[in-house]
Amino acid sequence: MSTTATEPAEGPSKVDLGAQGGGTGEIPSFDVTLKVRRYLPETSEDAYWDEWTVTMYGTDRVLDALHKVKWDIDGTLSFRRSCAHGVCGSDAMRINGRNRLACKTLLKDLDLSKPILVEPIKGLPVEKDLIVDMDPFFQSYREIMPFLINKGPEPTKERLQSAEERERFDDTTKCILCAACTSSCPVFWTDGQYFGPAAIVNAHRFIFDSRDDAGDMRLEILNDKEGVWRCRTTFNCSEACPRGIQVTKAIAEVKQAVLAGSF
Amino acid sequence: MQVHKYDVVIVGAGGAGMRAAIESGQRARTAVLTKLYPTRSHTGAAQGGMCAALANVEEDNWEWHTFDTVKGGDYLVDQDAAEVMAKEAIDAVLDLEKMGLPFNRTPEGRIDQRRFGGHTRDHGKAPVRRACYAADRTGHMILQTLYQNCVKHDVEFYNEFYVLDLLMVDEPGTRPDGTPFTQKRVAGVVSYELATGELHVFQAKSVVFATGGAGKVFKTTSNAHTLTGDGMAIAYRNGLPLEDMEFIQFHPTGLAGLGILLSEAARGEGGILRNADGERFMERYAPTIKDLAPRDIVARSMAEEVRQGRGCGPNKDYVLLDLTHLEPAHIDAKLPDITEFARTYLGVEPYTEPVPVFPTCHYVMGGIPTNIKAEVLQDNDTVVPGLYAAGEVACVSVHGSNRLGTNSLLDINVFGRRAGIYAAEYAATADFVDLPENGEAPTVEHIENLRSATGTERVAELRARLQDVMDADMQVFRTDESIRRALAEIESLRERYENVSVQDKGKRFNLDLLEGLELGYLLDMAEAMTVAALHRKESRGGHYREDYPDRDDANWMAHSMLYRDPDSEMEGVKGIRSETKPVVVTRYQPMERKY
Ligand SMILES: Cc1cc2nc3c(=O)[nH]c(=O)nc-3n(C[C@H](O)[C@H](O)[C@H](O)COP(=O)(O)OP(=O)(O)OC[C@H]3O[C@@H](n4cnc5c(N)ncnc54)[C@H](O)[C@@H]3O)c2cc1C
Ligand code: SF4
Ligand code: FES
Repeated sequence: MSTTATEPAEGPSKVDLGAQGGGTGEIPSFDVTLKVRRYLPETSEDAYWDEWTVTMYGTDRVLDALHKVKWDIDGTLSFRRSCAHGVCGSDAMRINGRNRLACKTLLKDLDLSKPILVEPIKGLPVEKDLIVDMDPFFQSYREIMPFLINKGPEPTKERLQSAEERERFDDTTKCILCAACTSSCPVFWTDGQYFGPAAIVNAHRFIFDSRDDAGDMRLEILNDKEGVWRCRTTFNCSEACPRGIQVTKAIAEVKQAVLAGSF
Repeated sequence: MQVHKYDVVIVGAGGAGMRAAIESGQRARTAVLTKLYPTRSHTGAAQGGMCAALANVEEDNWEWHTFDTVKGGDYLVDQDAAEVMAKEAIDAVLDLEKMGLPFNRTPEGRIDQRRFGGHTRDHGKAPVRRACYAADRTGHMILQTLYQNCVKHDVEFYNEFYVLDLLMVDEPGTRPDGTPFTQKRVAGVVSYELATGELHVFQAKSVVFATGGAGKVFKTTSNAHTLTGDGMAIAYRNGLPLEDMEFIQFHPTGLAGLGILLSEAARGEGGILRNADGERFMERYAPTIKDLAPRDIVARSMAEEVRQGRGCGPNKDYVLLDLTHLEPAHIDAKLPDITEFARTYLGVEPYTEPVPVFPTCHYVMGGIPTNIKAEVLQDNDTVVPGLYAAGEVACVSVHGSNRLGTNSLLDINVFGRRAGIYAAEYAATADFVDLPENGEAPTVEHIENLRSATGTERVAELRARLQDVMDADMQVFRTDESIRRALAEIESLRERYENVSVQDKGKRFNLDLLEGLELGYLLDMAEAMTVAALHRKESRGGHYREDYPDRDDANWMAHSMLYRDPDSEMEGVKGIRSETKPVVVTRYQPMERKY
């Protein structure tokens, strides 16, 4: 990361935009079939599949299609969402068998010749349709002490940290706690006690922060039988992460730190 | 129905709510009620930075910052509040750093700072580096850091609890001059648990509203689906005033057609706006600071270019944000997220192609009036004991008629902290106010009506109509005619809302029902915004009237205060009364706002 306060490049007053000034032409529309795993506990104990075909446009995302169904066809279809552009972590779901954020998955990038399969993320109790109980997920997160612990005296100004030290844990600061990684992990599916990748990612964020003094405590927690050693390096988590965090790499670094035994 | 009792109840777990909770939680028994999981709050979407005159990279001081804030807000800023904010900014940033926030660093290891629109050295002489940042996910890092510290301090959260009403009691009071008046006091809140559909009443000595903004009144917006003005509408319905609701900020660079924000940091790092001729048109509108002029000016300039036929694209309805002269490595280091938005959502590669952008509804300057202790006012100067508001929901007023970029993340930290401290201090000395009998009855009735209604109107249809008309007629250019058109449509939608029904009749996770309730808030907000906009016959900051294009300090240098009042009528709308509140001026006399 470059952190110097250099003068940014100054662009010219006028440029020739060529074709770029012209834009891209008509917005295409297409039909999309959504096949959604439904569970409405107040009407039936059993989950089932529901299917709708809707007309969508250009850069619409899976979230837009779900909204179209909810708003125009079936108001009972239930899912969480808020920001609609991949930063709040509300709408992780299984789309065609892969964990993704519905708001970040463009319809045109999917195979539209077949129905798009939408299911809740796995390994957490389903509450209704695509909504799962997130409490166990946040519980694991809380257990790794996800906050800076500094035992030194309070400085009057900021604590110093070099750009390189800051860069060391940059990747894992991006986490939005969407649970796409943890709920794509086969170990987590069979053993709900496993901390799961997201908790380890957030431990990594502090263990490798030069300002933090509690790395050894977190490493001890993660050395537990439900800790990092359960990870079997299947890489599902890295593939699932909508923030592009190298989750498996972060877990490997934590494993190494545990082995090195000192921090 | 369950009843809970806490010293302090905080409504909302965005930056303002959690900053308050960290203070209050260490001093008093505190509960935080939030309709979203805390880390889903829209503070996490903020990108560019949080400003403070740290002077880490060049000379700066809080007085310059105060001046910029006042001038940026077109002199409608309460200068005492702006001064508090600019002074406390420095500790607010340092506190976050100590809590663990990973700011970008200078080569010396200090917090790095960059430029942002309207922030200048020495009263407008040149842009200054005042924005502290963590790449282009500063808000994300603030939200995460505050949540982490709430976990550290064991703050008690009630997640996915929607607050639907505020419980207050009226008491006879006497003003210092001996005249009698009705004093409001806070008793608690009514909330709805999403998971079960159950109502919970929270009795509290202090209540802090921190429910964020109302951007979803518009179609094109950078705001989340859940920003529906709940807190403002609830206060307003309960007889409290709303201040300066005509002032809405349209951020210049929303992704065209989508509204997703590309931070001003893109221009702070050297990005340039161009029209279809490839011209850097901001040189004509703001010769000194060009693309870094305040947002209202840049947004109007863009809309003007489009109106004059110099827009880009097949419909000539947007302009371009050009980053192609910047080093890709610089873009990756400083603007990784927003360039990814351009790639993901528009399929445009910012290294080599300029990005289509157009103004997007971004921020509500107005809100629940408060003083510098974050205490809510029931009129121009009477505090409601025990009631506080902070963040976008409040109007303290540090943003006046136009907020400067990076001043909101600052606002939520400074006034969130103050709200938490003062709410806890008040609770330590005050007694509980008895809950009004059957205080939850109106909420029960409202929910049951909506759940059992059989009307033919659909929530989504009405909301879409509302958002369309607000985009068309209440955006960066307004006239008497356009505002009246919007108002007429809003009034008709309010009538149609009476016939709305929802399809989901269940109790568990009934988001269909909640969208119905949220639409009610949106309609109230839209009505308040349009009535206030119609009333203010001048142009100032974010409120631009083509029929009154100049700022008119002689007649309009005052905050507007709207009240729900069944006996009044305003601009042809029954049940609303308008008053004014003087602007607090300390050091800076109004001057022409030129950049
Ligand atoms: C895309 C974007 C980028 C931005 N970038 C910047 C920037 O770089 N710098 C800057 O200074 N500002 C920026 N802003 C503005 C700034 O981020 C917001 O104004 C600020 O974060 C608002 O914080 P808040 O705590 O008031 O509200 P929010 O963070 O929106 O939180 C609102 C909270 O209230 C809760 N809530 C709402 N209604 C209810 C209810 N009825 N019951 C219970 N809980 C409820 C929600 O659950 C949520 O927790 C940006 C804004 C956007 C949209
Ligand atoms: S690491 Fe990635 S996938 Fe996992 S919770 Fe964080 S953002 Fe989501
Ligand atoms: S809705 Fe926020 S991440 Fe998708």
